[in-house]
Amino acid sequence: MMKTAKGEIYRVAGPVVTVTGIRPRMYDVVFVGHLNLMGEVIQIRNDKSVIQVYEDTSGVKPGEPVTASGSPLMVELGPGLLTSIYDGIQRPLPVLNKKMGDFISRGLSEPGLDRSKKWKFESAVKKGSKVVGGSILGAVQETKNTEHRILVPPTTSGTIEDIADGKFCVEEPIGHLTDGTVLSLMHRWPMRVPRPVIDKLMPDIPLITGQRICDTLFPVAKGGTACIPGGFGTGKTVMQHQLAKWSDAEIVVYIGCGERGNEMTEVLTEFPKLKDPRTGAPLMERTVLIANTSNMPVAAREASVYTGITIAEYYRDMGYGVSLMADSTSRWAEAMREISSRLEEMPGEEGYPAYLSAKLAAFYERSGRAHLLNGKEGSITIIGAVSPAGADFSEPITQNTLRMVKVFWALDSKLAQRRHFPAINWLTSYSLYMNTLEPWFDREVSTDWKMLRMKTMELLQKEAELSEIVQLVGSDSLPEHDQLTLEIARYIREIFLQQHAYHEVDSYCSIQKQYSLLRTIHEYGAACYDALEKGVLLTDIFKMKSSGLLAKAKFELDFDHELEKVVAEMKKEFKSLGVEAM
Amino acid sequence: MTKEYHTITDIAGPLIFVEKTEPIGFGELVNIMLPDGSMKRGQVLDTSSDIVVVQVFEGTAGIDKESGVCFLGETIKLSVSLGMLGRILDGSGEPIDGGPKIVPDERMDINGSAINPWARDSESQFIQTGISTIDGLLTLVRGQKLPLFSGSGLPHNEIALQIARQAKVKGEGEEFAVVFAAMGITNEEAQYFMKDFERTGALKRAVVFLNLADDPAVERLITPRLALTAAEYLAYTHDMHILVILTDMTNYAESLREISAAREEVPGRRGYPGYMYTDLATIYERAGKIKNKKGSITQIPILSIPGDDWTHPVADLTGYITEGQIAISRELHRKGIYPPINPLPSLSRLMGRGIGEKNTRGDHRAVEQGLYAAYAEGRDLRGLVAIVGKDALSERDNRFLMFADVFEDRYIRQGRDEDRSIEQTLELGWELLATLPESALTRIDRRILEKYHPAYRKKHSK
Repeated sequence: MMKTAKGEIYRVAGPVVTVTGIRPRMYDVVFVGHLNLMGEVIQIRNDKSVIQVYEDTSGVKPGEPVTASGSPLMVELGPGLLTSIYDGIQRPLPVLNKKMGDFISRGLSEPGLDRSKKWKFESAVKKGSKVVGGSILGAVQETKNTEHRILVPPTTSGTIEDIADGKFCVEEPIGHLTDGTVLSLMHRWPMRVPRPVIDKLMPDIPLITGQRICDTLFPVAKGGTACIPGGFGTGKTVMQHQLAKWSDAEIVVYIGCGERGNEMTEVLTEFPKLKDPRTGAPLMERTVLIANTSNMPVAAREASVYTGITIAEYYRDMGYGVSLMADSTSRWAEAMREISSRLEEMPGEEGYPAYLSAKLAAFYERSGRAHLLNGKEGSITIIGAVSPAGADFSEPITQNTLRMVKVFWALDSKLAQRRHFPAINWLTSYSLYMNTLEPWFDREVSTDWKMLRMKTMELLQKEAELSEIVQLVGSDSLPEHDQLTLEIARYIREIFLQQHAYHEVDSYCSIQKQYSLLRTIHEYGAACYDALEKGVLLTDIFKMKSSGLLAKAKFELDFDHELEKVVAEMKKEFKSLGVEAM
Repeated sequence: MTKEYHTITDIAGPLIFVEKTEPIGFGELVNIMLPDGSMKRGQVLDTSSDIVVVQVFEGTAGIDKESGVCFLGETIKLSVSLGMLGRILDGSGEPIDGGPKIVPDERMDINGSAINPWARDSESQFIQTGISTIDGLLTLVRGQKLPLFSGSGLPHNEIALQIARQAKVKGEGEEFAVVFAAMGITNEEAQYFMKDFERTGALKRAVVFLNLADDPAVERLITPRLALTAAEYLAYTHDMHILVILTDMTNYAESLREISAAREEVPGRRGYPGYMYTDLATIYERAGKIKNKKGSITQIPILSIPGDDWTHPVADLTGYITEGQIAISRELHRKGIYPPINPLPSLSRLMGRGIGEKNTRGDHRAVEQGLYAAYAEGRDLRGLVAIVGKDALSERDNRFLMFADVFEDRYIRQGRDEDRSIEQTLELGWELLATLPESALTRIDRRILEKYHPAYRKKHSK
């Protein structure tokens, strides 16, 4: 089956190369030209095959040789993925740096996993054990806190003939099946094929991101999907970084797809320094990075998303909760458009190929909480950033994505310009997981969680209505009760919704802290309304100092203690106004 | 050695189609001999055993089916050497200052290669431009790409020149060398730049590439790549710090669209090709700073945005690639304020790398946030005043309203040759913040306020 065949180049037009003389299958890998540039078959017409090439094709001529590999594009799966940084076709960037210098040159294929590193393997099965695809053979300690479970490849099954403990490289045999199949620490999987599971389950646990607006108002479930559309400068990337840093996933796969090089550098220097709030280990130790920046070959950008999701599925198959961040899916779709237009395909909307929505759907459908082949349970949460052209959400990628995803975090350039971060618009965003997640919040946080959340949304809605009036007549002409509503809504916005990504304390906010902060703001609000009703002057209420203290409490390390102090101070102030609060 | 073909089949716009050739490499450079003895150059866009498509840089005027075509067997390369400093070259890299040819030290492929993200340096240094609005609020750092978002009739050229003239890194006497690439600008504009370079002696440390408005549009596609190749050579071979000014990227994008249309490609938004994002990225992403190299490339592209519409594809795609933008405001310009930079829609994404105790001063971020918030509030109030009148505003609101005026007049406005140090800029910031009630400065950390606020400093000195 794995026959290699030789052919020759017929035509070169940028990254699209037409070849003759080989009879490959669709999506088989082909090596093109004297430089052996890697590519993939994307179209077959009569005796000609069209290849999209993952590297620059300058200087490549018709007539140069072509080799078909006979296999599709594979991702290497095994210990060593965590802490790695790859380009779109899983070549490790540090190794490329060592071998070709500071710039990326051509024609070097490099395996994704280090061949020489020895891993200490402990088996979990014995001679005679029956195994199926996905069964756990044993484990390797990949990083301090992550046990890497060695899986039987999904398409293999049988009875164990022999298996050994000890130190192995990824390719060395660790044992055999009775039919002679060799088992090793790694296996390969075609990136465009979803790894099989038994069935998908409904997600019912929230992914706690440590970002107040996301967790409290628009939560995403573990195994769910979310998108973050926003024009440039609205903080998409910062948001994605925040989610990658603080969400309570066991494994994070971060895909920098067609974005800035300097941003990836930031991730590379920051993640090893930051600590996972759950384990205390460096964040890098649970992270796999894929960086195919905007000026790296466009075909490899198209592949980067598949490389990422395949790695995510592999860790899910071990029974982990995985988060995948793709920044940005628009650049991925543009890569598809570019290839499609070189193939002279009939375009759909705005030049995007007609199969855009099918491709996006297939990608988001690889998420989910799943019942695995080995009986365990694992999940993949996909959070995709979208960069709408001209910040216009009616463009095809945003619209097609919204048809798939359940959570919509809409970034708003007006909020960003007012430096309200995260600039998620609370009026247009939504989460469809609210109902399924409610029991969890009820159980794990507090029974009045739902009520607080509803109250918050009502208040913000009311504020939006009132501000329209204020625009026309000024706030002084509103009734005092409404003026107070505006003030309380401002606390919600400024104290609760605004969160400082670069502040060492505020960057991450635990769910308990979110709850206490929100409850205190509402209690403070209730006391204000009470005071107003009892005849206290509005100006006196506005002059109270404790609201300012409340605003600062979230920045304190010893938050609970600080909040107690603020509440005590509030009570004192209300008392001096002649109102017994709370 | 190189064979001359006389097998042109079609000529369409800037493209010629040649048949019956030997295998020709993709991207190869082409010489076209015209019947009148002159020569034009081009590049292979599409090659196959049957037909080769060539894009002609100087336009196809005068080419007929009998013209000769020579394929040179290599992609476009630029001859580089230190001797380029002080020279003026045309849009395809030939000297036009009457001086001798550049004696090459090396020949480099003009398309360059992507910097491995792993090799990029996350540390950087603050570049002092001497312009308060930029230094104080939109700090530029080495290796950054920060475009000027402007429009026709606005003084973006003057601002770019002032930056080029005044840019320096604090503590290092070393000046920047400037690589200047003009794409489709008018002769008049070009002269303005050249005069200024000569007047200030900056030309000695500059390499100038000029593709003027009446030069062939296709040539514009290679001009920025030549400039960046020269910049990479100077930065990474000779450890120099390079400031690259690209003007005007809108003209560049127009050329890209022209070629795309001639090739009958499927258009994306507003007729621009679908690959424009990738194409622009291969220019902008060549800015950078590499871990183990001393030199750096900082880019200031200039965009004159049609109709001041930031959703225009050129501005939009640029904004998605560059690390922020400097917004030149028509409103401030009309008020007679120079430089008319509006800080509110502007942004510098790498600011954090260039400020703080180590680079500028510990209070830099606080002053920036304070000024930004106060100016934003002042401007909002202007809208309200128009409706309800000044008298309806509170005392506090009036202070903010006044602040916005003073901020524009003293902080944003400065002379064309006024070179403010970062200390002057920060002090001026505090002076203006001190006009506001202290209770309004909630965003500023107490400790910083007490250390730097003029009211406290007077107390200390007493």
